[in-house]
Amino acid sequence: MKNLIYLDNAATTKTRPEVVEAMLPYFSEVYGNPSSVYDFSAPAKEAVRHARETLAQSIGARTEEIYFTAGGTESDNWAIKAAADAYRAKGNHIITSKIEHHAVLHTCQYLEQHGFEVTYLDVDENGVVKLEELKKAIRPETILISIMFANNEIGTIQPIREIGAIAREHGILFHTDAVQAYGHLPIQVDDLHIDMLSASGHKINGPKGIGFLYIRKGVKIRSFIHGGAQERKRRAGTENVPGIAGLGRAAELAMATMEERAEKERDLRDYLIGRLMAEVPYTRVNGHRTERLPNNANLSFQFIEGESLLILLDSKGICGSSGSACTSGSLDPSHVLLAIGLPHEIAHGSLRLTMSEENTREEMDYVVESIKEVVARLRNMSPLYEDYMKTLAGK
Amino acid sequence: MYSEKVMDHFEHPRNVGEIENPSGMGTVGNAKCGDIMRIYLDIDEDQVIRDVKFKTFGCGAAVATSSMATELVKGKTVQEAMAVTNKAVMEALDGLPPVKVHCSLLAEEAIHAALWDYAQKSGIAIDGLVQPKSDISEHDEDEEY
Repeated sequence: MKNLIYLDNAATTKTRPEVVEAMLPYFSEVYGNPSSVYDFSAPAKEAVRHARETLAQSIGARTEEIYFTAGGTESDNWAIKAAADAYRAKGNHIITSKIEHHAVLHTCQYLEQHGFEVTYLDVDENGVVKLEELKKAIRPETILISIMFANNEIGTIQPIREIGAIAREHGILFHTDAVQAYGHLPIQVDDLHIDMLSASGHKINGPKGIGFLYIRKGVKIRSFIHGGAQERKRRAGTENVPGIAGLGRAAELAMATMEERAEKERDLRDYLIGRLMAEVPYTRVNGHRTERLPNNANLSFQFIEGESLLILLDSKGICGSSGSACTSGSLDPSHVLLAIGLPHEIAHGSLRLTMSEENTREEMDYVVESIKEVVARLRNMSPLYEDYMKTLAGK
Repeated sequence: MYSEKVMDHFEHPRNVGEIENPSGMGTVGNAKCGDIMRIYLDIDEDQVIRDVKFKTFGCGAAVATSSMATELVKGKTVQEAMAVTNKAVMEALDGLPPVKVHCSLLAEEAIHAALWDYAQKSGIAIDGLVQPKSDISEHDEDEEY
């Protein structure tokens, strides 16, 4: 197998060996149902309790405020649909942003078909929600503000505390999709005035198919999945005990290593961005230069298209992703890149590289050299580049 | 995702480049959809395509269909080149994923646009050739909520 340079940690991460180890006993040894009464099930019940406690501590919440789900998408769906349902008597207006993950956007669009009104806030050129616009969008019937903690494509971190304060001041629930931020940035729900928070296991070196939703005590959210009495009757179904144990362990490790990891990743990120900007002409960085996730680099290379870039990088053993339409199966490029004001052709030429602390500077050097070669090759066959060069020569 | 032939034509595209003073040139597609193809033709007095070059901004399938389309028309008469349909290009590439079929349409359209330019310049008529659309965009709104 060729040497693999994995730079798509925003898509998913490698499950840590310690996490796998923490999960294994709950498959074939401690396989009892946590809801059963006999002693054999006690360790399973304890594993769930322990993980819940770890997660609660990690965001400064109480254990009874943590609900396990099947992941970030379910948490977002639950938070938004259930809040809309529970607070419908108060109003039918929801505020979110144009750069949310589809788990939030499509849920809001679904609610629009069921009598709700949704304001999709614009962002500035760095992808930051404009607080003045948020204030202006608030109406007496606004029941929920849902703004992501950090963006999955361009890495921009939102002014969460300020948004939370505005929501609190107006007596509006505040939900944040923290799937990309949890375990990577410090989050304290009280300090940031967060009422609901979505997080996922597989973005923090945990297993896939497990996540959680934090729901502040007192928030009237009813069950989303009906059935048994699990998760305080709010999310029925036998617990994914191995997943929960793995998520708990992954969160523990993520919290313990956060600062050190972030520093390493930030160093790699800034080195990569710095070299690419200096050495590849007609390149721009997408997203905020400083208020961004430590491991996120997102660049647009003018005159070329993202999918061809990804395929050629793949042939060099480099895994990345793009906001190009061709990678999404639709004809439109990423809604996030369009929302920060990029023209279509530049949005099509975007590349997202998200590193982990396991990457090295040597790998970044190889990536830069590969990108230089591939971009030059694609520009050489691009009619847009040809036209641009002719315009330059004509001047 | 792609067949071996598509990958081959994407990684080693044939006939990339430009032709100075071409007999015909056509550009189709738009940057909004992420695909632009340009075809240059060099056609002799007997209406045989002596040389053909392309430049494409687009995904792997867009590059591969452009490359294959140029291979299929090279050495043919302009009338024979009319038979190089998107279906022919797809078959020669051992198929394309369904979301990429529009790339092969774009390749056919690019050839037609270049032939149209040639026909206009040289004042001849090519059977079955109609003025090409300058824009191909098929937005399929099939997303579910």
